[in-house]
Amino acid sequence: MPKIRNAAIHGYGVYIPMFRIKGAELAKVWGKNASDLPVKEKAVAGLDEDTVTMAVEASKYALKRAGVDASSISAVHVGTESKPYAVKPSGTLVAEILGTSRKTTSADLEFACKAGTEAVQFITALVEAGRIDYGLAIGADTAQGRPGDALEYTAASGAAALVIGPAKNDCVAKFDYSVSFVTDTPDFWRRSYERYPVHASRFTGEPAYFHHTISAVNTILSENGYSVNDIDYFVFHQPNVKFPLAVAKVLSIPTSKVVPGLVADMVGNTYAACSMVALAKILDIASPGQRILATSYGSGAGSDSFVLTVCDGILEKRNRAPTYTELLSRRKEIDYSTYLKYRDKIRM
Amino acid sequence: MKPLTSRPPFYWRLRPFIYRLEGSRCSVCGHFHPLNRVVCRRCGSRTLERERLNNAGRLVNYTVVHQAQEGFEKTTPYLVGWVEMDDGTNLVGQLTDCDPQDLKVGMTIEMVVRKLRVDGDSNLIVYGVKFRPLVQR
Repeated sequence: MPKIRNAAIHGYGVYIPMFRIKGAELAKVWGKNASDLPVKEKAVAGLDEDTVTMAVEASKYALKRAGVDASSISAVHVGTESKPYAVKPSGTLVAEILGTSRKTTSADLEFACKAGTEAVQFITALVEAGRIDYGLAIGADTAQGRPGDALEYTAASGAAALVIGPAKNDCVAKFDYSVSFVTDTPDFWRRSYERYPVHASRFTGEPAYFHHTISAVNTILSENGYSVNDIDYFVFHQPNVKFPLAVAKVLSIPTSKVVPGLVADMVGNTYAACSMVALAKILDIASPGQRILATSYGSGAGSDSFVLTVCDGILEKRNRAPTYTELLSRRKEIDYSTYLKYRDKIRM
Repeated sequence: MKPLTSRPPFYWRLRPFIYRLEGSRCSVCGHFHPLNRVVCRRCGSRTLERERLNNAGRLVNYTVVHQAQEGFEKTTPYLVGWVEMDDGTNLVGQLTDCDPQDLKVGMTIEMVVRKLRVDGDSNLIVYGVKFRPLVQR
């Protein structure tokens, strides 16, 4: 599979909205048992937040870490399934608010929860080809779950952004390999004009999440001569906490290499941002020379997998912007009725 | 109450200031003006340079709005703050991600871009500057 020869993360940023709703609050409303919930709580975007505003916040932190002026950015690609407009790019809004170069390629990418890493595939390719110096790959979502549906416990809001440029000594982490693995698998979808997605319940597990995630990981490891022992941290997409841990069990990955990258228990499933937020959490703690394997999953279905090596620049750059933990500590709990108002579920 | 415009060109022209706090600074007296200006409003000089304000400032005072202007009804009650930016420029704007009990006069605030309102007829989303207490490091 493709070796990435000259593309690296120069800066990364996460944004987690400050509002949280506990799984127990949702369970109380719908008469469910609160002892077996998929996540403890989830992040909820405020009334004045959407995919664009969250993408901007994450991108500002990423640019700050990278030490790159916004005017040097020549590509802004936003992966999301909650575009504020059905027709009108979010990427141009993000680019305009940040003040990037006018000579910028921009697009909104849709591939359910792997749209963010699809943006990473695009930007790394543009950098490697020498078409751009720096680009922004963003995953952002204000995920929606139908009231009372199982998805409502996890569908959360958040964003993550990576400033990607040529591999230099002062970069945060360089990309080594990538792989994409896709099939047509109808496990989760939303038709035009529909407000909420539909999912195929248990079918979202074995033939969907597990098949694609495990196939991508096995491919990138075996084709490039790596074993589980060569990787220091594994990052997975997290529709809940159980799924990534189940993947670790199947692949005989020690949980100590997976648990540091878990974010869903406290943030929920931020869809296109999820695996990128988890990668950022690992970058907050990783040391130069350590190897990370990050794998997304998007319904429909497919997985992107990347092998990255952490570089010396991480030590100085990680402290230039708020970390995952610092953003997580900015927290205000809301009740279900406030949640309905904030997520525009009350229509008059 | 004066109705707000939903004309896209109006907001399109405001982009540099309401997205990035960009404006013109007078090279003679130092006064900052939103957007492009040819003549300084304070001293009449014609020597102005494009500048982007720093993102941070301090809270001078604030109030809670319960009777909202058209277009802001869904967000009441909301906070409006008077903010002195690092360069001394005074701005007034909505405060977000906070309640009155979180605010202290003199505290450090930062600029963020949020949804200001959604036009009722065209559904155009208007984004612009708001302020919030600085995210602590």
